[in-house]
Amino acid sequence: MHGNIDRRDFLRLAGLGGVAFASGLSGCADLAATRTRDFHFVQLSDSHWGFNGPAVNPEAATTLKRAVAAVNALSQPPDFIVFTGDLTHTTDDPQVRRTRLREFKAIVAELDVRDIRFLPGEHDASLDRGEAFQEFFGPTHYSFDYKDVHFVAVDNVSDPGARVGNEQLAWLAADLDKLDKEAPIVVLTHRPLFDLAPQWDWATRDGEQVLAILMPHEYVTVFYGHIHQEHHYMTGHIPHYAAKSLIFPLPVAGSQPKREPLRWDPAHPFQDLGFREITGGGGATPFAVHELPLGGA
Amino acid sequence: MRVARRRFVAAGAGAFMVALFRGVGAQSDEKAIPVIARKFVFLPNQITLERGEPVVLEFTAPEVVMGFNVPALKLRTDIVPGQVARLRLVPEQEGTFDFLCDVFCGDGHEGMSGHLIVVARAA
Repeated sequence: MHGNIDRRDFLRLAGLGGVAFASGLSGCADLAATRTRDFHFVQLSDSHWGFNGPAVNPEAATTLKRAVAAVNALSQPPDFIVFTGDLTHTTDDPQVRRTRLREFKAIVAELDVRDIRFLPGEHDASLDRGEAFQEFFGPTHYSFDYKDVHFVAVDNVSDPGARVGNEQLAWLAADLDKLDKEAPIVVLTHRPLFDLAPQWDWATRDGEQVLAILMPHEYVTVFYGHIHQEHHYMTGHIPHYAAKSLIFPLPVAGSQPKREPLRWDPAHPFQDLGFREITGGGGATPFAVHELPLGGA
Repeated sequence: MRVARRRFVAAGAGAFMVALFRGVGAQSDEKAIPVIARKFVFLPNQITLERGEPVVLEFTAPEVVMGFNVPALKLRTDIVPGQVARLRLVPEQEGTFDFLCDVFCGDGHEGMSGHLIVVARAA
């Protein structure tokens, strides 16, 4: 099955999953132990630090700082934070790129949560194949474990042609091969791994090969950025969730002739910008995704 | 070459008959259409073809590596500075098909797109 997930369907499924989870284990000693394996993390994406375009965001110099303050103000601090690419806006000048990465790093250093995982976007990494990004944030693809969940960061941007590439594909296959097929996996990446809208460059050239590696695993969830809007989609049993941006929203694919940012609405500043909280522990119960607007309710 | 030609026919779902060449001169019965891919525009960005007329699109990129991609037709090529990338095709389906640069080339890449327009052949 391939298709969009209605947000209500997702919440209903998550809710039912919770009911089944609670009732199935009621009175069982495993219940408390299993629940303590739950955690929550925050996904931030596409801040494009260095972007200058007053018509689409006259608050470009303050928007990322606003997001940092919003995350710090959460009533329950996240266990960790992931940043799924396009930390900075692209530039042809390698020194300006490094200045933007340095400034970005200083701003997010104000986050109270210190455990932050960074991924590059094409704006950070495509013009120098990730060289500057790696100077500031280390490898562009990697994996880590948090409680029972295996996280994998997939780089589909250091190649300007949006390929993951054979070397990383082999690494990914070997990394996942060590896991039980029922082990929960979260994939973090920048571009969609499926052909969301190739006519707008919303795709990964060899994303199909990534999905072929993921498909034998039972509990896989993908969180990504790039398209500057919330979007839910299924490829087989794998849900994919695109995050909102922290600089400007983009239109729904094909809704207008050009892939141009939506203009700033002075009556609704920061509209359609935001981040998300993700709660769960993987496995049969889907992650619960909670979108948080940057402009207030 | 025949194998490549068949492969592209299949990939294009019959919409185009296509063969991809690099560094090979256009043949005499084909109409050659030069296309320049520069930051951040294709020149021209509207390419009108007549249905059934053999053409060869001849791409050059004077600055950096670019990509030309018509997703609806599964038709693409890299365009490397200093080389001519040729896409040889016979359009078989009328319509308007979006194309874009699919190799990230800088601030403005997102707007680098155009249309391939196939019209009925003039009598």
